[in-house]
Amino acid sequence: MAEQKVTGHHILLRHRDIPEIGEFEVYTAQGGFETFKKVVTTMEPEAIKQLVLDSGLRGRGGAGFPTGRKWMFVDDNNWPHYLVVNADESEPGTFKDREIMSKNPWQFLEGIMCSAFAIGANDIYIYLRGEFWQIAHELDRQIEKLHAESLLGEKLFGTDYALNIYTHLGAGAYICGEETALLNSIEGIMGQPRLRPPFPPAVGLYGKPTVVNNVETLANVALILEKGAAWYRSFGTAESAGTKVFSLSGRVKKPGNYELPLGTTYRQLIYEYGGGIMGDGKIKGIMSAGASSAVIVATDEVLDTPMAYESVPSLGADLGSASVIILDETVDMRWLINKTIDFFKHESCGKCTPCREGTFWMQKLTTRIASGDAGEADVELLHNVAKNMQGKCLCALGEFSTMAVASSIERFSEDFKV
Amino acid sequence: MAEQVKENTVTLTIDGVEVAVPQGTLVVDAAKIAGQDIPVFCYHPKMEPVGMCRMCLVDIGYPVKDRNTGEAVLNEDGTPKIQFGRTLVTGCTQVVSEGMVVVGYSEKVQQARKDVLEFFLTSHPLDCPICDKGGECPLQNLTLAYGPGESRFNYDEKKKNLKHVPLGDLIFLDRERCIHCARCTRFQEEIVDDPVIGFYNRGRSLEITTWSEPGFDSYWSGNTTDICPVGALTTADFRFGARPWEMLEVASICRECPVGCNLTLNTRREAKSGGKMVVKRVMPRQNEQVNELWICDKGRFGYHYASADDRLTTPLIRKEGEFIPASWDEALSLAAEKMQAAGSRLVSVAGGQLSNEDYFHIGQLTEHLGGKAVLYSNMMGGDLTTKVGMGPGSNLADLGAGDAILVVASDLEEEAPLYWLRVKQAAERGATLIVANPRATKTDRYAAHIIRYEYGQEAAAILALSLDRIGDSDLADESFKQAAKAFAEAENAVVFFGSEGTGMAQSDALSKACANLLIATGHTGRPNNGLVGVWDKGNVQGGWDMGLQPSATLFDDLKAAKAAYVVGADLAGDNPAYKQALAQAEFVVVQELHHTATMELADVVLPAQSFMEREGTLTSGERRVQRYYPAVPPAGESKADFAITAEIAAMAGKELESVSAGLVFLGIVGKFKDYADLDYQALAEVSEQWPIIGREDLYYGGTGYANHQGLGVLLGTAAGRGEPVLIDGFDLPDTGVDGLLAVPVTRLYDQGNNLRYAAVMFPRIASSYVSLNPADAAGLGESVVVELNGFQVEVALKLDENVPQGIVVVPRSFGLPISAPTPVVVKN
Repeated sequence: MAEQKVTGHHILLRHRDIPEIGEFEVYTAQGGFETFKKVVTTMEPEAIKQLVLDSGLRGRGGAGFPTGRKWMFVDDNNWPHYLVVNADESEPGTFKDREIMSKNPWQFLEGIMCSAFAIGANDIYIYLRGEFWQIAHELDRQIEKLHAESLLGEKLFGTDYALNIYTHLGAGAYICGEETALLNSIEGIMGQPRLRPPFPPAVGLYGKPTVVNNVETLANVALILEKGAAWYRSFGTAESAGTKVFSLSGRVKKPGNYELPLGTTYRQLIYEYGGGIMGDGKIKGIMSAGASSAVIVATDEVLDTPMAYESVPSLGADLGSASVIILDETVDMRWLINKTIDFFKHESCGKCTPCREGTFWMQKLTTRIASGDAGEADVELLHNVAKNMQGKCLCALGEFSTMAVASSIERFSEDFKV
Repeated sequence: MAEQVKENTVTLTIDGVEVAVPQGTLVVDAAKIAGQDIPVFCYHPKMEPVGMCRMCLVDIGYPVKDRNTGEAVLNEDGTPKIQFGRTLVTGCTQVVSEGMVVVGYSEKVQQARKDVLEFFLTSHPLDCPICDKGGECPLQNLTLAYGPGESRFNYDEKKKNLKHVPLGDLIFLDRERCIHCARCTRFQEEIVDDPVIGFYNRGRSLEITTWSEPGFDSYWSGNTTDICPVGALTTADFRFGARPWEMLEVASICRECPVGCNLTLNTRREAKSGGKMVVKRVMPRQNEQVNELWICDKGRFGYHYASADDRLTTPLIRKEGEFIPASWDEALSLAAEKMQAAGSRLVSVAGGQLSNEDYFHIGQLTEHLGGKAVLYSNMMGGDLTTKVGMGPGSNLADLGAGDAILVVASDLEEEAPLYWLRVKQAAERGATLIVANPRATKTDRYAAHIIRYEYGQEAAAILALSLDRIGDSDLADESFKQAAKAFAEAENAVVFFGSEGTGMAQSDALSKACANLLIATGHTGRPNNGLVGVWDKGNVQGGWDMGLQPSATLFDDLKAAKAAYVVGADLAGDNPAYKQALAQAEFVVVQELHHTATMELADVVLPAQSFMEREGTLTSGERRVQRYYPAVPPAGESKADFAITAEIAAMAGKELESVSAGLVFLGIVGKFKDYADLDYQALAEVSEQWPIIGREDLYYGGTGYANHQGLGVLLGTAAGRGEPVLIDGFDLPDTGVDGLLAVPVTRLYDQGNNLRYAAVMFPRIASSYVSLNPADAAGLGESVVVELNGFQVEVALKLDENVPQGIVVVPRSFGLPISAPTPVVVKN
């Protein structure tokens, strides 16, 4: 993907401002790991959690849950605690964590180390999708380096605090991005979601209190602790503080990652940064959160809507992981939903009935519809099957699988006329 | 569950029915109690909820409370205001709360059930007419209730799958029928800790597979076919055998081990059996105090001996070396004449699986004739369990935190699978489990303390566990001391003693040491305290209770016998030494079901009825007396054992009841104090059990049967009545041998007569073998010759690091002559 200098003031994609920041010496020359030292030697975990809560940082994996609040849910009457980093970045259209981990690794690592201290964890597991094996090998080397620099291990900075980081590669299952399936996968059992509640901060990895956070979320933490909550809140909107890496893809001229303040409009992202639609065609729709997204009809009002946790739902969609896929007039929505359902049918874990059977059924229907072999009754049936799945699945995967289907049929009915 | 105290209850409303249930109850269970069933597939009341199948979706509302005052907000009409959730929730994962309102009969919920059911049916085949589950299938029932009349799924797009996948020798999987509820895999993992089956692949390709070699290697596999809510899992024994609605149900009791699992025999009259009434399958019958909803595979599949084709159907008399069919009168009078003439040289040997009524009569007749009645068992201590046994009010399910269980000299899952399960569950509830055994067993997984003594040292080890003697023991490490302390300080304590490596002498010392420990620590005479014999046969306790005892001199007794009366015991088949002894007896009367090695030595053969053909009572290791009932007509002219004995007695001048077992039982009641308050009616009483199973819905407990025919009665003990209990002194057996020591152990699947007729189990039964520590096996091949008790037998050699050095583990009932620890030579 193209690496453009966008603001010059990146928080997450700082390698775009400081090209060699992936080198340990360059990162430390920028004050790297000073925050971690300050945290371990001078700060109380409670104060860190409060600071992160005050910063307004919300989970970047898609749910947008306030990070500080999640940390406060960790059960302090049950030990040990674990920090698990969700690096299973598998949502079609999402490619932000990969860039952060491979280009700005030390900031990511410092972020997770500070976070571990905040929640009282001595062990961090970074769970990466299997295809990220190169990144995992790099991280392993970097973790070794941190041990060599006495930034990991026993008695850090002369305190009693001990910290270790382990990488863990998945085996290529999208469902393992779901936090409880991810925990199962680390434990060596089948990657299927667990019942929630109990949520991981109460009962998580090996039955112990666990925080599961996204890579991007935690990559913010060291800078927030260094510069303060007010600084972070100076970016973004009141309810969506900070910047966000938007993964722009689809029918745009300049796809790629763009780190922008939350609240930036779709129009700015697509036309100002993304260079507009390929062949200067007409935009048709937007998938705001990858394949899991409802498809939005790209009207002028939509294009002027700020991309923030609080504003996207008014469009009948979610900000999610902010993987923005652009559809233009050349895209046939029948083809599109067939592609998304192929994906979800392939990735359904099979644990709950509506998802296992529903994605299989929808895949059969969309294949026929996309090939033009189907009648209006099939479209109606497809819509009905998608609706019947909603509200009945065990985890979000099944619910998400219906989003593109139901919304496309409802909002782009022209494409489905036989 | 029904016994919880009032203040811990929660009141809620389910479809208009108000119900009070214990705190922590799940919504689906509360609905079951209220009689407002919520359909389930994956949920099973014995397992943790998983919320996978989504069939139990309900609407749940909670009373609205004022945030400031905490008071309930009321509607205008004065009723509490209820706030319902945004989405439906699974009733199997939701715990009840005060004032909760559960709605299952709204249009929204009914539609959701239809939707979920339609999803199931898109992939389920329409083969109910040839499906074994048809007629007792939750999916079939729920399809009638919620299923669409027409499929909206394109039939051509249906996923085709393999329909006859053997998961092992006993269980078949139909991959098309499987609805992925995971009941089977969770049962194997959570309940019996044999996680040998599991899911493979994902999504619509998810399938059940086995991880073990041989496949589905578990003694519990048949239970998965009961709880499978569709016809995906079937048994090799019953599949395609009969339709559920054709069969009658008859209550019975298993006699394969001392647990006394409650059974239901399913029978039908069928053309392919020549118009005879036959047993088509054996199913568990619920008894939460004994076997809950489960039985082991030996109990489920091992029943065929009772209906084998080679059953003895007429009396036989040996004339000039040949067996000649005879009339009952002729055979009985010959037997009576010889037995009467034998007087004190009459030896009656009663097998370990007879009924109490049979034992009672054998004892009465033998006493009348002045002979010696012997219980055919190698274990001692059946008198001690009458003194310090478990007693009325006991239930292993009540043991938990603060209690202790000692399992000594027993590979408990091999000797009595359900005891193993109940002990495991008690340990999971927090009971301190102490396992004392010379080698590792599956029971160790749950042990808080493991004591390894040398074979022969079992009594010494238990003696040392008494706190006042612990200092003298060379076993007394820190863990041993902790075990002794935990046992002594336990609120309730139970000892299970088995027969791992013991003969009669060792068993005598061990049982006394165990009784002594219980008395010394004050664990007698109260419910949930006491001694349980893990007997080597199903009704050994009943034999002891009827006054019979094993004989240490049986070999010599038989050799010197003028008449031997052998009932339900294959002495010659079990041990060649007995064969030699019996051959020297002057006259041999054998009462049997079918052809055995012992019968070959008989002068008179009397055909007996199998347990399926008659009624009677059995007494379990916990001393629960339970009734079994006749299911099929008798084979040929065969008679019940007690009736045959009574007819011999009549000819020998002693009146004994011969008409019905129930009348014989009155004699038992009159003679034995422990049985004094009983009668057949009391044994047939039932009370409400949890979980509620057997109602029309079927989806709750599976296809196991509800119990309408009796939960049985636990007998009182001497200690419970406050009588003084003294344990006789005993000598510790001498165990010193030079060279290898052979020790007998029990395997669940043995080569005994019962399993000889269970063809489906043959692949699961090992060939004859002995086990050695690899360190003792230098130079030995895969096949060895074992010199034991003067006999030479060629067997396979298994190497097992769990076997202590210097020891040869010899399984019982595998054709090797062993009844006690014995010096042995193993060579190529």
